[in-house]
Parts: sequence; structure tokens; C-alpha cells
Amino acid sequence: MKSKPKLLASFTALYVLWSMLPVAIAVLFSFNSGRSRSTWQGFSLRWYWGDPFSSVWHDDSLLRALRNSLVLAVLTILVATPLGVGLALGLTRWRGKPARVANGILLLPLVTPELVVGTALFLVVTNSYAFLDLGRPAQLVGHVTFSLSYVVIVVRGRLLSIGPDLEEAARDLGASPFQAVRMVILPLLTPAIFASAVLVFATSIDDFVASSLLSSGAGSETVPVKIYGSVRGGATPALNALATIMLSLSMLALVVVFAIMRVMRRRQGDANAGENSLKELASW
Amino acid sequence: MARRSRQSLNTLWLGLAAPGMAWMALFFIVPFYSVAAVAFGQVDPIRQSAVPEWNPRFWDFTLFTDVMDRVVNGDLGTVFIRTALYVVLAVAGCVVVGYPVAYFVSREAGKWRATLLVLMILPYWVSYLMRMLGWVNLLQPQGWMAQLLSHLPAGDRNWLSGQPITVVFGLVYGYVPFFILPLYATLDRIDGRLLEAARDLGATSRQAFWRVTLPLSRQGLIAACVITALPMVGDYYTNNLLSASPRTEMVGNQIVFFLQQTTQPQVGASLVLMLSAALLVVMAGYLVSVNRAQKLVTR
Repeated sequence: MKSKPKLLASFTALYVLWSMLPVAIAVLFSFNSGRSRSTWQGFSLRWYWGDPFSSVWHDDSLLRALRNSLVLAVLTILVATPLGVGLALGLTRWRGKPARVANGILLLPLVTPELVVGTALFLVVTNSYAFLDLGRPAQLVGHVTFSLSYVVIVVRGRLLSIGPDLEEAARDLGASPFQAVRMVILPLLTPAIFASAVLVFATSIDDFVASSLLSSGAGSETVPVKIYGSVRGGATPALNALATIMLSLSMLALVVVFAIMRVMRRRQGDANAGENSLKELASW
Repeated sequence: MARRSRQSLNTLWLGLAAPGMAWMALFFIVPFYSVAAVAFGQVDPIRQSAVPEWNPRFWDFTLFTDVMDRVVNGDLGTVFIRTALYVVLAVAGCVVVGYPVAYFVSREAGKWRATLLVLMILPYWVSYLMRMLGWVNLLQPQGWMAQLLSHLPAGDRNWLSGQPITVVFGLVYGYVPFFILPLYATLDRIDGRLLEAARDLGATSRQAFWRVTLPLSRQGLIAACVITALPMVGDYYTNNLLSASPRTEMVGNQIVFFLQQTTQPQVGASLVLMLSAALLVVMAGYLVSVNRAQKLVTR
């Protein structure tokens, strides 16, 4: 009886090690002082900015990929968050058949392989939508399309837990429907909106398929596309350094989202706010 | 008065949702339709580019049937079979690795639970490409893992070139976090008192697992399998990063090849349609099983 948990515990420990170690080693090699990505030659920051030609700071193609990724992520937040919040509000509160259909359609991007969504957009951009060019505009459209569902899920979750009572009370006290949304619901939703924006940021900087299929060449390469293109060649540890920078941003995003969710739960009087926030994070 | 305010309320909700709905129509639904329009459309004889046909009345199925024929009888068939095989093996790998881990974290972890949950969530937030980069570093000929493996019998080979086992391994590694979390959620919801009852009634802990926990987690297990299998089917990058050889090509590789490197986007579009049809069958099967399970519960 006692031996089973022990066996399972060691299995789980091995899994954690297995899942983390390759990433940790990739991070380690970003600090290698030699050119190799497999032989350790001592610690240095050479590949971040020390090396005058091939460090992230001095290699134009790496720096451009970093800039492209960040600009794209910020633009995606700016477009996807308002659209998604509007959708979440409208579709949660409006009880009608069209709302149910639209809700169903919003779930589709989550279960469709990104390759299918990406190729569909690629075909429509190259053959029909003359107003949209491959490169950043098309990449933005792709990122917004699959981010929308995430914003809707996060904001709707919060909206359901708030319930319709407060806005009804506001309307009974003479607020117009629009005022009720603006003065009552939006302030209550602010943490959730912020959390969903950070989530959008994280999904956007990590995305590979849409960024790659909808890119117009070297000029619109994002970090994942750059990694994909150079990892098999004779790339230097600068590639690992670039990936490490992005990893730090993702981890920062995770910490921020977690902190927001814990505060939200604390305010609602959740005694076990930390673990329940983790569970909610796990449910995405 | 009440009716009018209800109406103005509905207008407000519609107005709020409208921009997002328009976006989804323009950039999700129309593009989907355009895949069919390209696959069943014409080819510009001079520019060799696709001319989409939007009106179903003029759809031309010649090219699609040609591609279909290649899938059923010819070279593309192997690719489809290989894709199915890799995905089945990789999902099985996810079950073998993921079920014990999800089970342990949800039921036996005790004070380690929160920590382990964080460790389960972390890989979700690490870029997929970064995780693959880690393995490319380890498996390249001078890499630590390749060095280690070379001491094994038959272990001295180029692990990053045309090795099916590397591809399946990479798929398991890449997707197992997406498998563990939904399964964890199901296992976590199982009422511990049911297991106590089973034990009180004389079941051994093994019997309790096989006859209580496993059947109760069946729906979560199926859901986790579907959630991991769907994106795996469309995966082409894992394959390209860890193998980059025609010997291990999957459907996704062919689709990207026809779309980006040839003047035959219609072939790519036809393959996307066939892949989507296959996935629809899987999804429908899954929904039927969910439906049946719900009926069992409510009966």
C-alpha cells in the first residue's frame, strides 16, 4: 500500500525533471562563452551583447525578430482585447439563438489545428483579400483571430461570477444600459481584462504557425520563426539567448496573470485563493 | 416600457458583440470557405496561381478527385497512414506518461500539490519552439543526449535525421502538458469518499483504481486524448525540427510544402479539406461519446 505512492512520486519527479531539463540546458547554453551549443566552455554574457557581430544586441536579424515579436504582441493586445471583451459581454448577457451560434463558433478556433486556420488565412490573403498583405498585417489578423477565444473565455468566466444583479440594480436606479456597463461592469471586469491582455501577449509571442505561414519573408520574422529557421543550421548560442529572453517574458506574464487572479479571488473572499487560481490557470 | 428597455438592452448587447462577430466572419468563416473555393476553383494558365471559385454551382472537382486518388492509391496515402500511426503512438505515449502524473498530482501529492501544479502549468507557458530547441541542442551529434545514447547498442546514429522514434518522442514531449492538465481536472473532481467506500467494502487499492477511479476518469481521459490528437495531426514543425526527412513526413508537411513551395496551392487546399473532414469525424465521435455518457448519468 505504501509503496505505490512512492513509485508514483518518483515517476512524477522524473517527469518534472524530463519536462524542465531540456529547457534549462538550452538556457544554460545561452551563457556559454564558446560558439558551441553542446560543449560548455564557461559562463559569459557574450551572446546577449558582448559579441560585436553575432550577439542578440548586435545581430540585426535577431534584434529584428525580437522587435517584430513584441510589436506584433502589443498590436494583438490592442485589437483582440476590446473585441473580445465586447463579445464576452454581448454574448453572455444577450440570450438568443444567434448568441448561442456565435458562442459555438468562438470555440472552433480552440479545437481546429492551427495549421488549418493558418492555411485558410494564407489562401484568403494571397487570393482574395487584396486589402491585406502578408507580413505584419496578416500576422496580426491571425494572432487576433485565435486570441479572441481566450479573451472571451477569461472575461466570460469573471462575468458569470459577478452575475447580472449589480447592473440590474444600476438600471433600476436610473442608469441607461450603456451607463450600467461603463460604470458598473467594466470597473468590476478590469482585473479580468488585464489578465486576458497578458494572456494574449503570451500566446502571441509564443505563436509559431500563424506567424510563419503569414510572414512575408525575413523582414517579418518573429522569434519563434527565427528559431525554427536557424536551429538546425550552425546557429550560435545567440539563438538560445534570444529564446531565453522570450522565455523570461512568458514567465513574467505567467506571474502577472497569477497575481491578478489571486487578488480577484481574495477580494471575493476565497480562503484558498492561491490554489484555486492555479486550478483556474490549469483549466485554460 | 419594460419591453422597450428590454429591446434597447438587446441592441446594446448586439452592438457590443457585433465588431467581434464581424471579425470572426471575415477572418475565420470566410477563410474556411475560401479553402473550398480554392480547392474546387480554377488555375490561372499563365500565372499558375489559384483562381478561387466562390459559387458552388461552378465548382470543379477534377483536381480534388486527382488528389483523392493519390491519397487512396498513391504516394500521399503513405503520408496519411504515417500521420495516423505517429499520432496514435504519440497519444499512447501521452497516456503512459501523463496518466500516472495527473493521478499522483490530483490524489496523492499532499503538501506538494500546489508546487506540482505550478510545475505542470509551467511548460504550457514555455514557447513550444523553445522546448524543441532544447531537444535539438541535446540530440545534435555533439549534444549531451546523443553522446549518452551512443553508448547503447544501435544508439550511435544521427538522431535528428529521419528517425521516426525521435519524431514520436518529440510529439509526446511537446504535447503531454496539454494532456495532463485536462485529465488532472477530471481526476481532481472525483469524490474521494467513493474510493473510501470501495476500500471499506473490501476492494484492494488496485481494485479501487480499476473499478472506481479509472471508469470515473474515462471521459476526461478521452477528452485529453482528443485535445492532444487534434493539434498533433496538424503539426509539421516538430517533424521538421527533429527529422527534416521525407521518410518521416506527415500530412502537415505536405500541406505546407504545396502551399509555400509549389505553384499548386489547390493541392494544399484539397489536403486541408481532407484533413478537416477526418478531424470532423474524430470530433463527432467524441461528441457522441460525451452525449452518451451524459445520458448514462441522467438516466
